[in-house]
Amino acid sequence: MRMKSLERYTDTPDFEYATSGHRACQGCAEILALRLGLKVFGKDSIIAMATGCMEIISTPLPTTSWRLPWIHVAFENAAAVASGIEAGIKIQMEKGKIAKKDISVIAIAGDGGTSDIGLQALSGAMERGHDFTYICVDNEAYMNTGIQRSSSTPFGAMTTTSPPGKKSFGQKTQKKNMPKIAVAHNIPYVATACPSYPFDFLAKIKKAKEAKGPAYIHVLSVCPTGWRIPSDQAIHYGRLAVRTGVFPLYEVENGHYRITYSPEPLRPVTEYIKGQGRFRHLTDDLIAQIQDQVNHDWQELKNYSEMK
Amino acid sequence: MSADKGMEVSIAASVAAKLARVEAVAAYPITPQTHIVEHLAEIVANGELDAAYINVESEHSAMSACVGASATGARTFTSTSAQGMELMHEILFIASGMRLPIVMASVNRALSSPLSIWGDHSDVMAARDTGWIMLFTENGQEVVDSIIMAFKIAEDRRVLLPAMVNLDGFSLSHVIEPIQFPSQEDVDRFLPPYAPLYTLHPDKPVTMGAYAMPELYTEAKYSQEIAIRNSKAVIKEVMEQFSKDFGRKYNIVETYNIEKADTVFMALGSINENIKTAIDLLKDNGKELGLVAPRLFRPFPADELVEVLKTKKKLAVFERVMPGGAMNGPLYNEIASMVVQNGLDLQLENYIFGLGGRDVEPEELIDVFEQISTSAKITHADNKNYGVIGVRS
Repeated sequence: MRMKSLERYTDTPDFEYATSGHRACQGCAEILALRLGLKVFGKDSIIAMATGCMEIISTPLPTTSWRLPWIHVAFENAAAVASGIEAGIKIQMEKGKIAKKDISVIAIAGDGGTSDIGLQALSGAMERGHDFTYICVDNEAYMNTGIQRSSSTPFGAMTTTSPPGKKSFGQKTQKKNMPKIAVAHNIPYVATACPSYPFDFLAKIKKAKEAKGPAYIHVLSVCPTGWRIPSDQAIHYGRLAVRTGVFPLYEVENGHYRITYSPEPLRPVTEYIKGQGRFRHLTDDLIAQIQDQVNHDWQELKNYSEMK
Repeated sequence: MSADKGMEVSIAASVAAKLARVEAVAAYPITPQTHIVEHLAEIVANGELDAAYINVESEHSAMSACVGASATGARTFTSTSAQGMELMHEILFIASGMRLPIVMASVNRALSSPLSIWGDHSDVMAARDTGWIMLFTENGQEVVDSIIMAFKIAEDRRVLLPAMVNLDGFSLSHVIEPIQFPSQEDVDRFLPPYAPLYTLHPDKPVTMGAYAMPELYTEAKYSQEIAIRNSKAVIKEVMEQFSKDFGRKYNIVETYNIEKADTVFMALGSINENIKTAIDLLKDNGKELGLVAPRLFRPFPADELVEVLKTKKKLAVFERVMPGGAMNGPLYNEIASMVVQNGLDLQLENYIFGLGGRDVEPEELIDVFEQISTSAKITHADNKNYGVIGVRS
């Protein structure tokens, strides 16, 4: 049954483009997301990946975990590299130097590589309208370098550079709304996804692949190591993030918002927060603040999705 | 061969890129590089050149997009100056480490601060160890010819390294000079389409830009070092071929009036035309000064320089960059190392000049010559190592 569903999206669902033998942590939802997502993109794809967890776990010279053409250049420029690839392939096809075929160009970066250091390159690539898909695998901190806060780290979370202390409750700022920034570029397709909801995720990858122009998919990728949860709980916490409204699943096609999975009635955020070591220090007051923010953001998203 | 055509050197540089049939351009505007990228955009917009022109949002993305395009096998060109080169600095190393034959016209300009849009070599000298092949040019004709040669050098299977063609901002980039353009047919014969070894393509998936652990990093960098060292032979070959095909002679080290001169000047770029004027003026007064002008800075042509300098007595090295706390300017340090290693008996002097667009007249160069000729070793007012021409205290 599972494979049958996957077949809706892929030619050969059992073929792995992200192969085993990589060095991801136990229970990593990020490599899981990529492993699934790449099945939808299929073999006619080229990946430009930013420096980060997925790069460092997959390509120690002289080995590779990728069965697709793959390039890593630096941390902040996955979108710019993808721009060059897309333009380079297209012009050579036009000139008849390489055979014409539909090749997906995919840029992949983490939350730091997307919402912080790579934001400018991403904005430029979206504005220029390159035909590519950008996947942000968001584990909500710089996990690769040892769990430092990014602008995608949620309010209140403990990281090694947003530690709680006598004068601090952890991350002081709200998570940057990257999908909204992508939407502001008027690109054909923007979506949020989470591998805990694999078929929702795969359907969105398919739409992104087929979109003419830039597509942006923001994937919440639970990180047991950085979130301080047991390594068998990644899928569970991904579900809780969605069901509490902390990370809603939606898509924006040509500017039109649509919630793709409604978790209403929302579960209380405490269900998501409790059990995660990074939130262990939070007081009831702070948790109430988070609940208020989630309620507000969920209502805002519903308003957007009702707009015609 | 067409007749001479009066043209701004920047425009000529973009025509050279067109003659090289570049397929991808990613560039971000910065003075004094702008005329090159503007005119290239025009050439592409008019359909005179079938190329992808990516209007990136920064120089960092310019070089990043060049890396992406070049990795797909497209012949790739860009151009920048000063702050732009600093912003792309990180990716310069990656382009050479990944052995991608990108060609860049580097329109040399001073670095901020203080902000200056005018010419000097602060930008390229800060990038001198990025693993790029570096050519320097003296006039518009050399710019055109060097851009065409740079692609042939960079794309040679024995090289596969990016190459930078340096031209001085304003004093060369913005002057109008008579230039001979080779015909497209001749350029096509000289420079066939780029045939890459590996490309990013689904038919043959490869991984590019993997990371190296300590047990492999040294070997990876060493093999790159061998490649840039060995590139010198290919550069010579390409220059010879160019001379044969187009009749304009190029050497990696050019000389002027060195036969009778015991004292020799050395500099990179367009100042060499002023030095030649000074040499001619001195000759009229019965005095002999020679010029040794490296066309090639990376790889450093030490053997060729030794060959022309071994019988000389005094060498003054002129540089358009502040040493930044180093003993001397970067070219001088290189020369000093060469002199020591080859046991040359050569008295060395170092002069900093022309920073942030400051003009240097042939008369000032003649003053330096007179000073050197009449004293055993120069001691500069506040610094025993190098002099700064025309500096007010």
